[in-house]
Amino acid sequence: MKHLLDTASLDRDDIDELMELTDAFVEVSQRPIPKVPTLRGRTVALLFYEDSTRTRLSFETAAKRLSADTMTFGVSGSSVTKGESLRDTALTIEAMGVDAVVVRHRSSGAPHRVASWIDASVINGGDGWHDHPTQGLLDCYTLRARLGSLTGRRIAIVGDVKHSRVARADVWAFAALGAEVVLVAPPTLLPPSVEGWPVTVAHHLDDVLGSVDVVALLRMQRERTTEALIPSLREYTARYGLTVARARRLGENAVIMHPGPMNRGVEIAPEVADDPRAVIVDQVRNGVALRMAVLFRLLGAEARSAPAVVDLPAEPAEAVRA
Amino acid sequence: MPDPLPTNPARVGALSAHFRAENEGTIVIKGGRVVDATGERDADVVTADGRIAAVGADLDGDRSLDAGGCVVAPGLVDLHAHLRQPGHEEAETIESGSRCAALGGFTAVVAMPNTTPAIDSAAVVREVQELGRNALCAVHPAGAITVGRAGAQLAQLAEMADLGVRLFTDDGTGVQDDLLMRRAMEYCVGLPQPVVLAQHCENTALAAGGHMHEGEWSSRLGIAGQPHEAEEAMVARDIALARLTGARIHMQHMSTAGSVALIAEARASGLAVSAEATPHHMLLTHAECATFDPVFKVNPPLRTEADVAAVCAGVVEDTLDVIATDHAPHPADAKDEPFDLAPPGMLGLEFALGVALSVLDLPIAKVLARLSWRPAAIVGMSDTQGGPVEVGRPANLCVIDPFATWTVEAGRTASRSRNVPYVGRTLKGQVRHTIYQGEPVVIDGTAQR
Repeated sequence: MKHLLDTASLDRDDIDELMELTDAFVEVSQRPIPKVPTLRGRTVALLFYEDSTRTRLSFETAAKRLSADTMTFGVSGSSVTKGESLRDTALTIEAMGVDAVVVRHRSSGAPHRVASWIDASVINGGDGWHDHPTQGLLDCYTLRARLGSLTGRRIAIVGDVKHSRVARADVWAFAALGAEVVLVAPPTLLPPSVEGWPVTVAHHLDDVLGSVDVVALLRMQRERTTEALIPSLREYTARYGLTVARARRLGENAVIMHPGPMNRGVEIAPEVADDPRAVIVDQVRNGVALRMAVLFRLLGAEARSAPAVVDLPAEPAEAVRA
Repeated sequence: MPDPLPTNPARVGALSAHFRAENEGTIVIKGGRVVDATGERDADVVTADGRIAAVGADLDGDRSLDAGGCVVAPGLVDLHAHLRQPGHEEAETIESGSRCAALGGFTAVVAMPNTTPAIDSAAVVREVQELGRNALCAVHPAGAITVGRAGAQLAQLAEMADLGVRLFTDDGTGVQDDLLMRRAMEYCVGLPQPVVLAQHCENTALAAGGHMHEGEWSSRLGIAGQPHEAEEAMVARDIALARLTGARIHMQHMSTAGSVALIAEARASGLAVSAEATPHHMLLTHAECATFDPVFKVNPPLRTEADVAAVCAGVVEDTLDVIATDHAPHPADAKDEPFDLAPPGMLGLEFALGVALSVLDLPIAKVLARLSWRPAAIVGMSDTQGGPVEVGRPANLCVIDPFATWTVEAGRTASRSRNVPYVGRTLKGQVRHTIYQGEPVVIDGTAQR
């Protein structure tokens, strides 16, 4: 595996391998000194064209726990119009000597473009509405931890699927692991076509609640009301919000997910966000270990075999503090 | 800046340097099959002083161009080319664009008015005409329908028509205001010259900023799409307005099966409407966008296989009676961006004939009709372009090897830009020579200046 650009090109074996690696790095994360020297001397660049504190911090933490060096390029949208093309920026970063570039961009496909221009590994850190593969994978990991296998599990992805890279990442990753995915949204918030997608579609959340094992909620953005996609957030919540009453209809072993940041009171009731069935904090925690697994898989495999990594001694405490 | 000379050593034939040095005297095009609107016959063609001097068997001239196994036809006429000058010379100039045209067999192009400034006044029309005087083909500026192509106020249409402009369009965008479009049509009916109003059919509200066709692929890729209906809504509107006003209208770059059906229905009811198909809409689908490479970003967008089939069928059945290139150069750095940030457009002049001959199930005479004499007639150019190959006519000719196959290579274009969507594809049908006003501007596939 050279790049990680989307989940649709991953098969079950790819995902299983990353899940096993993530198990190992969860163990590392639980050590008193949660750091290994695996990627010492390697450099990971974080090329973020879009503000994203949590994804950036998660990748940065993952890289540092593997002892890689990191450099962050925060590029505001306006510098695009100042004249440097994406290609020039990518070549500039490569010239500084990097082994991997995490690309976050508001344009779908920007990481694919970068991957076509440079030799370093490219990790899609979220591109437009297209994909967010590490999110899809950490969602798989989180579900697996709660449910065991995903095979035959019924998962509802609820909300603004049309504009959601998380939804696209989840659909292909969940389906690869054998889950049944149902997209739940008004037609205005669904992609114009789901031809070829491994999903079914429903327009009424109440119709599917009784039959699902997992409810994966998506962030609902206020500007969707001005685009005439929904009349109001209030009406959205009434039809698609995971309210306390709706959460009560879910089984006691059901799982409630949200990629964050949450709009409490819109797509998810505040009490539901804190429900024991909700794994929202687990998603964030697992994100670091999953991203360590991805970085290891792309950068570390050539140097060391996968199982060896967990046997490596932790760094001395002094080194970590420094 | 890329090398403007499209020299292709592999295709330089027996004709040598002394040939290029001499532009005086007679030229004989030997051994070809003449194909024009009147029919086909085997004949040599002699040009002298910029005109056709003789057509017949066993003719001689001071110089000879081999046309063995080739079709000798009126030069091709493109109703839709973006030559980018004035204002965007980094992408193309009238000279470089006309070189692409000549290499593609075109002896005349209509230059779209989305330049900077827009071609919306006599002054800019004159500038483009002046720049076109030394070009490798005839360059006819199209005029904008509205001032600055802003869609708010009629441009000075009569003033431009007086200078010879015969086609008006805001191409790049459609005229959104229904009433303004009605007024433009009414006004043009009253002009002393016969003019045609050409529309870039795109309802911008429905297109909603979409960067590709709305459908299976836009959904997968997470890119905002524009639906078929954004085009078809404006096609339907303009057909209604043409009925109301009696104006001559021309639909640019038709890309959907629904548009083809609307035009067929309007034509059947007796409405005078012409319409174009582009090479790319006859060959490429939205699946090309799967790699996010903006070389496949174009407006109207590449659509479904069913649309491609309908466009080709529309051309075969003559509903789409013109093949036009929509040659749209953009410098490399503009396409070195994510898909949604790159400008739409692809090169076409050098590839249109090859694509048309490759994909259309038509006799070559019918392909040439849609590439030469039909478009020439639509813009009132038949006296100089697209006319029969007969004595006394201006010598605007192309010589085509209809069976030659060639593979499109990256970077091999005379354009200043490189946005060729056909790289790696093998096309059938190749231009050997192009003669413009009696001058062999292309010999054996190589531009002579």
